[in-house]
Amino acid sequence: SARVMGYATKTFEATLFPGDGIGPEIAAATKEIFTAVRVPVVWDEQHIGKTPDPRTNSMVTRENLDSVLKHKIGLKGPMTTPIGKGFRSLNLTLRKELDLYANVRPCFNIPGYKTRYDGINLVTVRENTEGEYSGLEHEVVPGVVESLKVITRKASSRIAEFAFAYARENGRQKVSAVHKANIMKKADGLFLECCREAATRYPDIKYEEVIVDNACMQLVSNPTQFDVLVMPNLYGDIISDLCAGLVGGLGLTPSMNIGLNGLALAEAVHGTAPDIAGKNKANPTALLLSSCMMLRHIGRKAEADNIQNAVISVIAEGKWRTADLGGNATTSDFTKAIIDKLE
Amino acid sequence: TYLPSPGDGASSTVTLIPGDGIGPEVTKSVVDVVAAMGAPITWERFDYLSGSEGGKLPRTSVPQEILNSIRRNGVCLKGTLFTPLDANNTNTQSLNVQLRKDLDLHVNVVHGYSIPGLNTRHKDLDIVVIRENTEGEYSGLEHEVVEGVVESLKIITYEKSYRTAKYAFEFAFLNNRKKVSAIHKANIMKQGDGTFLKACREVARNFPRIKYDEVIVDNTCMQLVGRPQQFDVMVTPNLYGNLVSNVVAGLCGGFGVVPGGNIGDGVAIFEQGARHVAKSLAGQGVANPTATLLSTAMMMRHLKLANFADRLEASVMKVYSDGDKSVLTPDVGGSGTLLRFTEAVVRNLELEEN
Ligand SMILES: Nc1ncnc2c1ncn2[C@@H]1O[C@H](COP(=O)(O)OP(=O)(O)OP(=O)(O)O)[C@@H](O)[C@H]1O
Ligand SMILES: Nc1ncnc2c1ncn2[C@@H]1O[C@H](COP(=O)(O)OP(=O)(O)OP(=O)(O)O)[C@@H](O)[C@H]1O
Ligand SMILES: [Mg+2]
Ligand SMILES: [Mg+2]
Repeated sequence: SARVMGYATKTFEATLFPGDGIGPEIAAATKEIFTAVRVPVVWDEQHIGKTPDPRTNSMVTRENLDSVLKHKIGLKGPMTTPIGKGFRSLNLTLRKELDLYANVRPCFNIPGYKTRYDGINLVTVRENTEGEYSGLEHEVVPGVVESLKVITRKASSRIAEFAFAYARENGRQKVSAVHKANIMKKADGLFLECCREAATRYPDIKYEEVIVDNACMQLVSNPTQFDVLVMPNLYGDIISDLCAGLVGGLGLTPSMNIGLNGLALAEAVHGTAPDIAGKNKANPTALLLSSCMMLRHIGRKAEADNIQNAVISVIAEGKWRTADLGGNATTSDFTKAIIDKLE
Repeated sequence: TYLPSPGDGASSTVTLIPGDGIGPEVTKSVVDVVAAMGAPITWERFDYLSGSEGGKLPRTSVPQEILNSIRRNGVCLKGTLFTPLDANNTNTQSLNVQLRKDLDLHVNVVHGYSIPGLNTRHKDLDIVVIRENTEGEYSGLEHEVVEGVVESLKIITYEKSYRTAKYAFEFAFLNNRKKVSAIHKANIMKQGDGTFLKACREVARNFPRIKYDEVIVDNTCMQLVGRPQQFDVMVTPNLYGNLVSNVVAGLCGGFGVVPGGNIGDGVAIFEQGARHVAKSLAGQGVANPTATLLSTAMMMRHLKLANFADRLEASVMKVYSDGDKSVLTPDVGGSGTLLRFTEAVVRNLELEEN
């Protein structure tokens, strides 16, 4: 159509990890919709290895990593975490090797899918590389374990700067730093210091600090007060899931990881749902909305909006809903309905 | 019929620490209600403990005199103490944490339940969070390794995990609860949280009638906001307990209504379940004393004043079920004040008596 001509027509490559379980089905739905919108993408499809790659000490292969490093943009479906010792988890490998230092999750109500909470439109920005996830632990004497939480100025400033820049670029008004500096005075204190420094560089964005326990309570009683939330790793983990719960769960919430030099890997953060895998029942919404984040990240806003609006209006209409949303549409029905709704 | 032993009616002395922020107001409500009931409680009161009133720099440690009082009396009622956040104050440890550590109040119990008449998003909630209260992320052990790199130690011991777990299962057993869920992040902190889980599993074996499961903390929070009724008793390390109990408080109507207590061997401190100072509300007379009143009811049971506890709870509940907004405080959608609420509780107590 004529409008498609308005989109940047230059072909680009992007890495796609379809993943496991329902992953291939929802990835197929996404590809189909991208084709319908005529996004000029060439997918570089990547699969995680079946045995550990000695070069990465993980099931994630060197080729997997190189693909993302080359294209700088990617989309990832859910993956089974292999059980076994001696090699790194998939997510940890991706995070470390690609230096995915920020995890961004917008959380908003999907009209027509009612939860107990209305009017939510917030974004959680989580530091993704350090904190409680240092992996540094040891048993000092039998029965006494020390785990190290590591907070650095480098990582804290980077995430704080990112949060403010994101707020400004996305027309957001306020950044709330979430912390527990009343207890972890030095560690979370350093995190706050970095947020305050970044705040001075963005006088147009309102800045506030909220103790994490209070944040939890405020989020369940009055979530509409929040806009952008920035926080260290563990609080980000917990609060981003809590926020997802407010609007209907991980099946509906998009997510994107940001690395250095503009690299980004969008992902559906829900599980592989092995119980419904291969049955054409999966809900592709989280992956689709994540793919919209991916498109926006590389400046393809119009296509992103087109897809996102179609997804939301199909859910809102309520005629074609997958089982997790209380309907009985198949993945293909849902996908087709979205394609019919595209501009 | 409850058969007290001779002498059980003697007055108990309880240490009272009004604390900062709204603490002095909500504890005053308690003192007034306890007086109206004629409950056999005498207060030993310590004002201005934190020293932070009037913008002064707070005290850096809890005075010995206060610790002695609590040890002697065995029971204390308290408001939250303020902890400064300024960067140049990094050596001021939280006095709240010091009290818990010095008195070895090793578990914190927060009981969130739906109050009939109080309008909340979720109904039929009845969740008890039992939290390790002295170690974990609250160790206070931190240092700057090199400029710009800070290490903070989380300490998990088998011993403390075990006694927290033991308390949780005993609590469940004695209160006819069906399930205990251990909340953790052992997929990341394999050894630290792993040790906590090991202790929980060990204790669970001794309580075959109580169902036991394990839930990762991020999933816990998501489940809590979606379908909180699936939870019964939760047992947690320190920080997760802090977060989870605040989520539970939020679901049940907010900080103002959820009671709690800190229990050690032979000592107990009762306070709001979600422990906050609420400085911005202080002095306005609009803080909600419900949480502290319900904590007082817990304290009365602890003092074997079960009948007083029942009456106090019934009076508070009646204020909510009557639903007169002009006596309820603003945090629960009312237009009343702390004083009007307290008067309503006292009126209900008098009604019962006649
Ligand atoms: N400077 C402050 N600014 C805002 N709130 C504060 C401040 N100091 C204390 N509070 C509130 O009081 C609570 C208890 O203070 P404290 O610093 O002792 O934390 P705590 O021991 O973590 O208590 P808990 O674990 O129950 O939250 C805090 O969690 C916070 O909600
Ligand atoms: N008993 C209570 N009644 C009403 N509101 C309460 C009560 N206890 C706590 N709150 C509210 O809980 C929230 C958290 O308090 P906390 O002390 O942690 O944070 P704070 O940042 O110090 O809050 P504030 O800005 O009110 O000083 C505040 O909004 C406070 O007003
Ligand atoms: Mg998580
Ligand atoms: Mg608190």
